Amino acid sequence: MSTSNHDEYYIPEPSKWPLVGTIALTTTVIGAVNTIHAGELSMILPVGLLLVAYLFFGWFSAVIDESMAGQYNAQVDRSFRIGMLWFIFSEVMFFAAFFGALFYARVFAMEWLGGASNNASTHEYLWPAFEAVWPVLTNPDNSLFVAPEEKMGAWGLPAWNTAVLLTSSVTVTIAHHALRAGHRKPLIIWLAATVALGVIFLILQVEEYAHAYSEMGLTLDSGIYGSTFFMLTGFHGFHVTMGTTMLLVMLIRSMKGHFTADKHFAFEAVAWYWHFVDVVWLGLFIFVYWL
Amino acid sequence: MSAVIEEHHDHHDHKPTGIGRWLFSTNHKDIGTMYLWFSFLMFFIGGTLALVIRAELFEPGLQFVEPEFFNQMTTLHGLIMVFGVIMPAFVGLANWMVPMMIGAPDMALPRMNNWSFWLLPGAFGILIASLIMSIMGMGSAPNFGWTFYAPLSTTYGPASTDYFIFSVHLMGISSIMGSINIIATIMNMRAPGMTYMKMPIFVWTWFITAYLLIAVMPVLAGAVTMMLTDRNFGTSFFNAAGGGDPVMFQHIFWFFGHPEVYIMILPSFGIISEIVPTFARKKIFGYSSMVYATASIAFLSFIVWAHHMFTTGMPVAGELFFMYATMLIAVPTGVKVFNWVSTMWKGSMTFETPMLFAIAFIFLFTIGGFTGLMLCITPADFQYHDTYFVVAHFHYVLVTGAAFGIMAGVYFWLPKWTGNMYDETLGKWHFWTSVISVNVLFFPMHFVGLAGMPRRIPDYSLQFAEFNAMASVGAFAFGFCQLIFLYNVIKTARGKTSVKATGQVWEGAHGLEWTLPSPAPFHSFTTPPQVK
Repeated sequence: MSTSNHDEYYIPEPSKWPLVGTIALTTTVIGAVNTIHAGELSMILPVGLLLVAYLFFGWFSAVIDESMAGQYNAQVDRSFRIGMLWFIFSEVMFFAAFFGALFYARVFAMEWLGGASNNASTHEYLWPAFEAVWPVLTNPDNSLFVAPEEKMGAWGLPAWNTAVLLTSSVTVTIAHHALRAGHRKPLIIWLAATVALGVIFLILQVEEYAHAYSEMGLTLDSGIYGSTFFMLTGFHGFHVTMGTTMLLVMLIRSMKGHFTADKHFAFEAVAWYWHFVDVVWLGLFIFVYWL
Repeated sequence: MSAVIEEHHDHHDHKPTGIGRWLFSTNHKDIGTMYLWFSFLMFFIGGTLALVIRAELFEPGLQFVEPEFFNQMTTLHGLIMVFGVIMPAFVGLANWMVPMMIGAPDMALPRMNNWSFWLLPGAFGILIASLIMSIMGMGSAPNFGWTFYAPLSTTYGPASTDYFIFSVHLMGISSIMGSINIIATIMNMRAPGMTYMKMPIFVWTWFITAYLLIAVMPVLAGAVTMMLTDRNFGTSFFNAAGGGDPVMFQHIFWFFGHPEVYIMILPSFGIISEIVPTFARKKIFGYSSMVYATASIAFLSFIVWAHHMFTTGMPVAGELFFMYATMLIAVPTGVKVFNWVSTMWKGSMTFETPMLFAIAFIFLFTIGGFTGLMLCITPADFQYHDTYFVVAHFHYVLVTGAAFGIMAGVYFWLPKWTGNMYDETLGKWHFWTSVISVNVLFFPMHFVGLAGMPRRIPDYSLQFAEFNAMASVGAFAFGFCQLIFLYNVIKTARGKTSVKATGQVWEGAHGLEWTLPSPAPFHSFTTPPQVK
């Protein structure tokens, strides 16, 4: 695999973007902590976020310009593919931490708080009233963490959302096939449909969160059930937001006439990312909503 | 915008000039140099914190610092040494050497490479700012140990903990991007004919290390994120009152933390595997077994994490599993040690500074490995847990292991980087003073640990006094003889040494990096070499 295209190595010129990126991220995190500590918006945070926006816009513009100018050979393309693939793997491991927390809480922590294994006396002396039933609707110390009144059912909105995301994976694949066949119009239509489905998913998710907060008492601070529920679905929702934004950029680029039938790595990378977001949702649907 | 590298060798040296050369760099050597200097700077900062600890522990009673400040010292010493010294030094060495070793012009993703580096000053700027503010009397720096266990870091952590959390996020982003870059480089940039099983062992160990990093740094990011929400947004991941579990923090942390300790040793294994054959003037003994052993260690690192937590009250089945799985690691590690020794067997050996550090590494790392075996025996660990025995153990693997490996690598490759031979006499002075003082520093810790002296405590019982005084003397000696190292490196880099290095540098050196002139051209291989 490493034998072709060695005659023209590509090295980019010095670039300001990495430094912009560092300043942007450092400013953002300092702003975020100051906001959390003060309980009100620290002006450092929006400055940081604007810098992050500038970073993404500027760096990706530079890369797109270079790509459109035909500066990337097959070897560079392979490096990008390897990079994206392992970036997605790192994202999988990020979610694995939260899934791990969910499984640990359900399988070990909850049972042990209920007196299982060698924890009979812990149970007896700490919180004897605690019952090990998932979802935890009465927390060990229910005055400190007020538990939700009911479980979030799987077969209402979440099932619809599953259908929406699965459909969007199909539409993005159809768009990809259209691109490979050189059909611009169906590419744009199916890509637009994918973006629309992403937005629908997010709207339904907001709907669900509003319902959870206002009517079910299911909140971020309602004990381990709420913690795992919102951490997992929240980070997933954030990733869908990113994915939808990326798809939107691909849509705009498609409308501008970017991409050719055999050179469209950016599109493929976004499609991979979208499938990854989809697969994570399936895990969420099964382990957070259903079982 | 682009630069397709010229085919002629006389064109390769138009370097960018001024500060922009470093700020905007896309050059693997410049970025590697920045990583190494950053690591060196952090080494002296982290070392200074260690000397504060050892000064306080020179005799029983409270002398110099408050217990609260002592806790900040142990915490930041650990964090800086792990994330600011060992890891950046390895990435710096990878940046310099991997492209040269596989016959590439540069790393696969040069701009991301620079971003990986520049995130580190941001991250450590935040972390060290919290320490400076603490010294100025404005709140406390992180004070919960480098392992930041809940609830010390959640319920009881100082306000600076939130800055620490984001600082870890930045370090994580840096490490993940760095690793992706190394993987892309190794998979995609090898010269024609450089098959995987012809790669130098250093490249192999970094390849595997990069996978470890990509797998566990995101888990650490998840752990600190849960800390952040537990502290500020009312979640109860690590709070039993809400149905969570503080022990769960330890599980998630060590799922990251155990592969992390191999992240800090595998590249050193690689460095030693380059140095020993060079100075024994023999090929490495058992090349493929070295590769498979490294891969086995990496795999096992994922299923042994709870040996750090034997005393938390795990079910017996868990304790047994993690004990036996941990013991298995001794097998591939033993393979490596025996291979290094077999490489030297009947070799035509000379003992230049890199080789001296390599031999010290093999011997002293093995001591650290054996104490590791002692610690993995669950019932015995109930005695050793959280004592100075553990401190002795991991300093033998991290200082005389990882750090000696890095020093060996720096001496080994410095002539290639600068074109000048370092001062061998000073190098030998550095080695002998270091190897003696480091043992005076850490060996007595085994004894006080076995006798029950707990770690992370600013005061101790009288019977531990002699060994602690000894360790403190060793610490200051070890700290100050690193200045010889610094002086030697600067002297060599500035060309003040009398001897110029040849391309091959060492008589017994083999591999693509030694076919380049010294100093190596700005972009390593402009035309791909053919590997037979």
